[in-house]
Amino acid sequence: MTNISTPTGRQASIERTRRVRDGLRRRHLHEALFKGFGLAAIIAALGFVAILFTDVLIKGIPAFTQANLHLEATFDPAIIDVGPAPVRTAGQSDADFRAASLGWQRDVALLNWNKVVEASLRAAAPAGFEIDSRQILTVAETNARHVLREMFVNDPSLLGQTIKVDLLASANADNWVKGNIDRELGDAQQQLSAPARALIDIFEENGTISMGFAWSIFTNVDSRAAPASAGLAGAFMGSLFMMVIVILLAVPIGVASAIYLEEFAPKSRLTDLIEVNINNLAAVPSIVFGLLGAAVFINYFKLPLSAPLAGGLVLTLMTLPTIIIATRGALQGVSPALRQAALGMGASKTQMVFHHVLPVTFPSILTATIIGVAQALGETAPLLLIGMNAFVASIPATPLDQATALPVQIYLWQANENRNFFEARTSAAILVLLGFMILLNAIAILLRTRLERRA
Amino acid sequence: MDMLAGKVKMTQQSVNNGMNPTDMLERPIRLHAKDVTVHYGAKQALFGISIDIPDRAVTSFIGPSGCGKSTFLRCINRMNDTIEGAKVRGLIELDGEDIYDPALDVVELRARIGMVFQKPNPFPKSIYENVAYGPKIHGLARSKSDLDEIVVSSLRKAGLFEEVKDRLNEPGTGLSGGQQQRLCIARAIAVGPEVILMDEPCSALDPIATAIIEELIDELRENFTIVIVTHSMQQAARVSQKTAFFHLGKLIEEGVTEDIFTNPVNKQTQDYIMGRIG
Amino acid sequence: MNSLIIAGLLVLLLGLAYQTGWSKSRSLVTPDGIKVHSRPQYHGALVAIWTLVPALLIVGLWANFGDSATRAFTVSQIPPDVIMGLDEIALNATIQRIGALASGYGVVGEVQPFEQAAGAALRQFQFLSFLLVVAAAAGTGILALLYARSRITARLRARNAVERVMNLALLACSGVAILTTVGIVASLLTEALRFFTFINPLDFFFGTVWAPKFSSTGTGDAGQYGILPLLSGTLMVAAIAMAVAVPVGLMTAIYLSQYAPRSVRAVVKPIIEILAGIPTIVYGFFALVTVGPFLNKAGAMIGLDISATSALTAGVVMGIMIIPFISSLSDDILNQVPLALRDGAYGLGATQSETIRNVLLPAALPGIVGAFLLAVSRAIGETMIVVLAAGNSPVLRGSPFEPVSTITVSIVNQLTGDTDFAGPQSLVGFALGLTLFVMTLLLNIVALYIVRRFREQYE
Repeated sequence: MTNISTPTGRQASIERTRRVRDGLRRRHLHEALFKGFGLAAIIAALGFVAILFTDVLIKGIPAFTQANLHLEATFDPAIIDVGPAPVRTAGQSDADFRAASLGWQRDVALLNWNKVVEASLRAAAPAGFEIDSRQILTVAETNARHVLREMFVNDPSLLGQTIKVDLLASANADNWVKGNIDRELGDAQQQLSAPARALIDIFEENGTISMGFAWSIFTNVDSRAAPASAGLAGAFMGSLFMMVIVILLAVPIGVASAIYLEEFAPKSRLTDLIEVNINNLAAVPSIVFGLLGAAVFINYFKLPLSAPLAGGLVLTLMTLPTIIIATRGALQGVSPALRQAALGMGASKTQMVFHHVLPVTFPSILTATIIGVAQALGETAPLLLIGMNAFVASIPATPLDQATALPVQIYLWQANENRNFFEARTSAAILVLLGFMILLNAIAILLRTRLERRA
Repeated sequence: MDMLAGKVKMTQQSVNNGMNPTDMLERPIRLHAKDVTVHYGAKQALFGISIDIPDRAVTSFIGPSGCGKSTFLRCINRMNDTIEGAKVRGLIELDGEDIYDPALDVVELRARIGMVFQKPNPFPKSIYENVAYGPKIHGLARSKSDLDEIVVSSLRKAGLFEEVKDRLNEPGTGLSGGQQQRLCIARAIAVGPEVILMDEPCSALDPIATAIIEELIDELRENFTIVIVTHSMQQAARVSQKTAFFHLGKLIEEGVTEDIFTNPVNKQTQDYIMGRIG
Repeated sequence: MNSLIIAGLLVLLLGLAYQTGWSKSRSLVTPDGIKVHSRPQYHGALVAIWTLVPALLIVGLWANFGDSATRAFTVSQIPPDVIMGLDEIALNATIQRIGALASGYGVVGEVQPFEQAAGAALRQFQFLSFLLVVAAAAGTGILALLYARSRITARLRARNAVERVMNLALLACSGVAILTTVGIVASLLTEALRFFTFINPLDFFFGTVWAPKFSSTGTGDAGQYGILPLLSGTLMVAAIAMAVAVPVGLMTAIYLSQYAPRSVRAVVKPIIEILAGIPTIVYGFFALVTVGPFLNKAGAMIGLDISATSALTAGVVMGIMIIPFISSLSDDILNQVPLALRDGAYGLGATQSETIRNVLLPAALPGIVGAFLLAVSRAIGETMIVVLAAGNSPVLRGSPFEPVSTITVSIVNQLTGDTDFAGPQSLVGFALGLTLFVMTLLLNIVALYIVRRFREQYE
């Protein structure tokens, strides 16, 4: 052991230091390069976030304003050639009155309401402006006639009167006003006829057309015939039903199984298997859950197609592993001292878990729940397989009605042929969805900090 | 008093490491520290430490846990740089050169001042690669045979070669705790440092492995300046020529090991040696 | 309406039972102090459980068999000579008409006398059977309640009994996860096997042409179902995604965990994790309307013909989606490498990047490989990005610049809105799903095993 072969004297040490120094420049260059790569990666990642959000914002924000028509509509008796609305007479039965009302309404619906729309548009146009009826009707949204008809049905005394109404301009008119359409294009490529385009310009100048906040996005259901009035209300209710189902089912079941596995389960092959199984479930592609839903819930249990109930159940199964894993993590984090203290007081194991351990983990469980729900809210693929991509033009009243969901609505809109209009509307829908996600996450963070401070 | 007498007797026996006190004091100063203070964020960990470390001798830092001895050791090769929020003030010189001089390269400094840690921490590589790593990154070997020679001689000096010569390509993590620590010492030696810092190198080892390492330290003293932090007074007495006692971030007393153990000046030092301070 | 009445009744019964148990056990406590084993609320809960279970059983039985009993009764009310003249469909229609008459809604068309009579009888039957069920449920409930009440003594271990029941309920909940897996495997397997009765498995797994024919459902030529074009598309997109995500994600993790000061880390980490929370449909839209056209133009500039919807478009965007997945997993794993190893390298005079490249990364390698495998499994199973941006062109091609199709895209195409499951056209979705499930399952198991081993190594 006394055999020392390398020189360790002063001279050798100076020589070694010289060699170390010789390499330093190169090594520091490598260091700087490596650090530079790291910085570049971060900038790239942040850049992606920035580009994605700016892109969606730039595309989506304009869709929140929309061209509105301020017109004076005359309920001209010449066009609205229909008897007076039935009034209930003494001794008339309920059923008879209903039949009479419906009959009258059917007569009203058979009238040509487009003529009323056309007349009010012409009234706003300058005298002598030449445009045929087909062309002038492209300025207002196709549902304008339904809007006027509904007004009349609700208030038959409007007959013969002239009142101010606000109607939505058509999607093409909206695009023209927003400047999304190249004005230099020839007539053949334009979606609006030349007189219609000229009329829109005049309307814009004389104030008949103005931009307003697009409430329709929030209050209306989806519509194909009248794109400018298409909204998210139906999809929103569908998503809401599903989220409620997820919360009602996934949270109790998830927390309960986490408690069982973490606190009560004997360490055995079976619990090992359950554990591996849950970890794997968390990584199973979402579309596979859609297949499960289609085969089991729809085909075997015969749940209605496109119903939020089926969607909610599929999303529940998908969210369960997230909640179980997070809750187990939280339970593992509770200090053994607390458990021993509870047991030492004579509490049973169940009492220890439910009275002492669970309350401490509440903030973590809550956060996990919200994150799981947010994930479920944004999920699309499994819903496509259980028919939630059906076109639904009504707001679902129960979880068994046909419905769609926010992300699925985005999927449907992005595929709409009227690209020019729907690209913006899709971006707006994305902003609404992202808004909900941010809201949920903000609530999670807020509650978490609140609860943790109190604990 | 009986207890003290017993202790002193014990230490007198063990403070016998082949160098008489006067000889030690005549050794040139290798490291010189003056007024070193360390803050971790708002908390002050060291208060004005000044000490000289003699060349080619073993200096030990003793004191109760949390007293700042390891913190000071980590100042000597600037390992505290890697801890966020650590601030070191004061002067530490290696051969008259300020090691906190901004112009000085910390990489070069650490090549000159090696370190061995509390828990053996071999890299998850082969035994050979562990030892060869330092010379490789510093470009100390001109050729493969050069490198082989450095590895073999370093393992020899660490007293490990005979035990591992047939399995140089097996992972270093497969060795026993004591062997791992000697591998780490070999790894430090391979760079050819002038000073080796050892932070409680035996605290994770059994008594037999500890004895082997202590013997090794005694041999290495011929060629290296060694600073060792230990929580074991017996170990300090057995291996070191100079001892410094730290308490609550302050250097309480320093001097020739024999003097510190047999004739401490400071009351706190005496209390510690007698086992009154944890 | 009826179900609401039953639910209300059950709640009432439950409250009554709990109250009974509670007060009975309270009355046991006497000043001279016999020690009552369990607190009153446990006695209450135990009586409630005793009461609820038989009542629920009866209600459940009726829910299961009530419909067939009603139907049998209805059929018995139709004169035999009428039944003789009815086929299956007409019989069902008649039963429905009688049901509608009984409910009082009225029916379209002329009501025949026997229908009127049967409707009236059914109405009576429904009313009586409802009363019977309610009475039976309440009766057995109350009997059970009385029995449970009589069992209450000071020594009764009510708490232990209640806790046992709770334990069983908890066990049942954790069974849901197992059931889910069983459900997935069973449904995929059965439907896939049905598919293989139409199409030879060899043609499916080794076929190079994907051309299902929709027009002739169930008759004649069903088309070709070779999975290889889809598989190659899936792997190509996943490979591109990994090529984007691995360098960016890994370097991000390294920079954040090793270089960035705490304040920077605290801001940047959550921002990057935002990427993980964005729904995939949003990525798909982003790929379709922004990234695709951009790549197309960029390609044109350097003379490359890149299709706007292509493997490249989908892969790049999927890579962006996976970045936070890789970076947070790698960050986690890098942080698990003991500090002592890092110190060892610094102590030898290694620079920071040398420490990271030569010591930290090799030490963390198994864990990081595990993370990569998990990311690959996620890329393979991702659906919406490829549905929107990969171009849906199931042709075996080698170029990433051209449209492709993937397994997930084809599942969506074949199954959307169709739950008939009669022909290979829709059943193939399950065969594809099974393939996808097995692929991701293997990746996950291997990855989770590696990560677990890695964690144990440094514990």
